[in-house]
Amino acid sequence: MTSRELILGRLRAALGASPTTPGEVTRDYRPAGGAVDLDVLVHRLTDYRATVHRCSDGEVARVVDAILGGRRVVVPPGLPRRWLPDTVEVLTDDDLPTDRVDAADGVVTAAAVAVAETGTVILDAGPAQGRRVISLLPDVHVCVLRTDQVVAGVPDALARLGPDRPLTWISGPSATSDIELNRVEGVHGPRNLHVVIVPA
Amino acid sequence: MTETFLGMPATAPRGVGHLRGDESFPVAARRSLADAQLRRNLGHATATIRTKSAAVIGEVPDWQELREAGRAIKTDVMARLPELLEQLEATVTAAGGTVHWAADAVEANRIVTDLVRATGSDRVMKVKSMATQEIGLNEALEAAGIEPVETDLAELIVQLGRDKPSHILVPAIHRNRAEIREIFLREMPGVDPALTDEPAILAAAARRHLRRTFLSTRVAVSGANFAVAETGTLAVVESEGNGRMCLTLPDTLITVMGIEKLIPTWADLEVFLQLLPRASTGERMNPYTSMWTGVTPGDGPQDFHLVLLDNGRSAVLADEVGRQALHCIRCSACLNVCPVYERTGGHAYGSVYPGPIGAVLSPQLTGVEDNASLPFASSLCGACFDACPVMIDIPSILVHLRAQHVAAYRSEHRVPSPEAITMAAAAYTMDHLPLYEAAQRASRVTRFAGRRGGGLPPPLSGWTLGRDLPQPPPQTFREWWAQR
Repeated sequence: MTSRELILGRLRAALGASPTTPGEVTRDYRPAGGAVDLDVLVHRLTDYRATVHRCSDGEVARVVDAILGGRRVVVPPGLPRRWLPDTVEVLTDDDLPTDRVDAADGVVTAAAVAVAETGTVILDAGPAQGRRVISLLPDVHVCVLRTDQVVAGVPDALARLGPDRPLTWISGPSATSDIELNRVEGVHGPRNLHVVIVPA
Repeated sequence: MTETFLGMPATAPRGVGHLRGDESFPVAARRSLADAQLRRNLGHATATIRTKSAAVIGEVPDWQELREAGRAIKTDVMARLPELLEQLEATVTAAGGTVHWAADAVEANRIVTDLVRATGSDRVMKVKSMATQEIGLNEALEAAGIEPVETDLAELIVQLGRDKPSHILVPAIHRNRAEIREIFLREMPGVDPALTDEPAILAAAARRHLRRTFLSTRVAVSGANFAVAETGTLAVVESEGNGRMCLTLPDTLITVMGIEKLIPTWADLEVFLQLLPRASTGERMNPYTSMWTGVTPGDGPQDFHLVLLDNGRSAVLADEVGRQALHCIRCSACLNVCPVYERTGGHAYGSVYPGPIGAVLSPQLTGVEDNASLPFASSLCGACFDACPVMIDIPSILVHLRAQHVAAYRSEHRVPSPEAITMAAAAYTMDHLPLYEAAQRASRVTRFAGRRGGGLPPPLSGWTLGRDLPQPPPQTFREWWAQR
C-alpha cells in the first residue's frame, strides 16, 4: 500500500463514521462589481508607505527620471520604451543572470490589476511586467498602472486574474512586523515602491 | 503497531517533530509567569496587534459575512477532503509539479531530505512554515548534513538565538528589540558592531546577511497558506520578501503542506485573502502574496514538489466535534486575544501550535493523553471564538477534549480521581435536601478557613491554589426565608 492510498483510506475512514454533508456556501459578503474610487487606492497605497504619482502617459518618463535618473534600471522586454527617460541606463531582461538583476538600482514594470480597497498592485508576469525576479531584487520598484486596471475589491481582482501565470500581489514596500509587532518598512524586497497612475 | 493499522485514522508519531512538550502546561506556565521581561514583551506586542487588527476589521462592512463564508468553505473542504486532494494532485501534476504523500513526520522528512540530496545541494533556504516546524524538518536535514537557513526575520532571530518559536505568526514575539540586537551582534557574521536596536536598522542587517544566501542557494522549502484544488495553485502570504526570494530564485522548490490547507476553487481565495491579513497582522493586505501553479517555463523554479502531510490530521478529522480545528488558517488572532497566552507566552504550550488553537489542535494531532494538560490551559472566556476569522468554536472543542481526557483517566485508573469523588459527593448532597441544608451551614466554617490568601486545607488545597474561594453569606436564603 502506498502512502497515498494509506492517507486517502484514513480520511475516508475518518469521515465514514460521521460524514458531514458538503454544504452550500452562503456568500453574503460584498461581491465583485463595487464602484472604483481612485482616491481610496491612493490613500491605501500611501498609508503603507508607497509613493504615488498621478500623471499623463506622456509624463511617465519625467517621473521615472526624477526617481531613477542617472542609475541602472532593469526593465521587462515588453515595457513601453516611451516610459523610460534618456537619463537611465536601461538593462532589458532577456534572461539576465540573477547577479546582474541584483546589481541594478531599480526596476520599472507595468501592472495587471490593482485593488483600491487594500492598496494592492498585482503583477501577472505579462510582457510589460516580466519575470518575477526582476521586480524583487532591485531596491526601487516603479510600477506604472492604468486607471482601467484598478478594481474595487479582492473579488474583482481574482475575477480578472487566472492561475495560468504566476502572480505577485504587492501592498506597499517590503515590511516586517517581527520586531515587537510594529510594522517596519524594508527587509528583503524593494524598500521603495513608486506607483505611477496614468489615465487609461 | 495499531497506530499504523491500514486505513485507520492515526495520530502523529512520538519521537519526531515538535507537537509534544517536555513538561505539562501548568509547570511550564509557572516558569513563564515568573519572567517579567517576557510578560512585558508579550503584553506590549499583543496589545499592539489587537489595536491594529480591530481598526482594519472595522473598515470592512461585511466582516461577519466573510467569516461565515470562510467557515462554510472549510466545512465543505473537510467533508470532501479525499476527493479534493485527488483533484489537487491531478491539477498540480498537470501543471508540471510532482506530488508526494507523507503519512507522518518521519516520512515527510525523508521525502524532503531525499529531494534535497538529489539536487546535490548541502543547503536549503526556508520560508517560515508551521508544517515544517511541526515535523522537525530542520533537525532531520541537519542530521543528513544539509544546512537549513531560516529566512523569515523572526525565524532567523529564533534560529540564531538557538531558541524556540513562541507564536504562530511572530515566532520571536518573546524577544524585544534590545534582545534581538544582542543576538545579531553575537551570531551574525560580519555584522556592523555599531548596530543599534532601531527596528529598521535591525531589518537592514537581516537584509544584508541573507542576500548572498538568496542568490546562491539552489533549493528552497516552503509551506503553503492555500492550495486551490480546482487549479493546482499554491499561495504563500508574507511580508518581508523572503518568501518571494525562496519561491522565485532557486532551481528546486519543495512545498510541505498540511492536507487541510486546501480550498476548492479559485474564487474561494477571495474570502481567505480578505480574512487572513486583517485577522493576522492587522493589515488590509500583507505586503506580498505569491501564487504559482506548477512550473512556469523561464520564470522561477523549474522543479516543483508538493508534499502532502497527514501527521495526525486524519485523526482530527475523525472527531466530529474536534474536526473544525482543521479549518484553522494560522492567522494567530486567537493567541493575540487570549488572556492565558498573553501571560504565559507560547513556550508553555510545548507544541509549535500555541495559544487557544494549539490547545485544541496539538492534543488532537497527538492523541489527547500526549498533551493532556493543554485542553485545560484556558479560562473558557471565548475571546478566541470571537476573534477567529473562520469561526472555530474553540471553547466547545476544549470542553470536548477535557471530557475525553476525563474518560481516558477513568478507563485507565481503577480508583476515581479526587476531583471525581468530590463532584460525586456534591451531586449526592444536592439531591438530598437535609444534607444540602447541613452542607450550607457547614460551609460557613470556610469563612475562616477560606480567607483571601488562605485557601482550603489539603486535600482540597489544589482547588484554591489558583482560585479565590467565594465567601459564604452569614445567613443563607433558606434561613432568611424561614424567619419571614
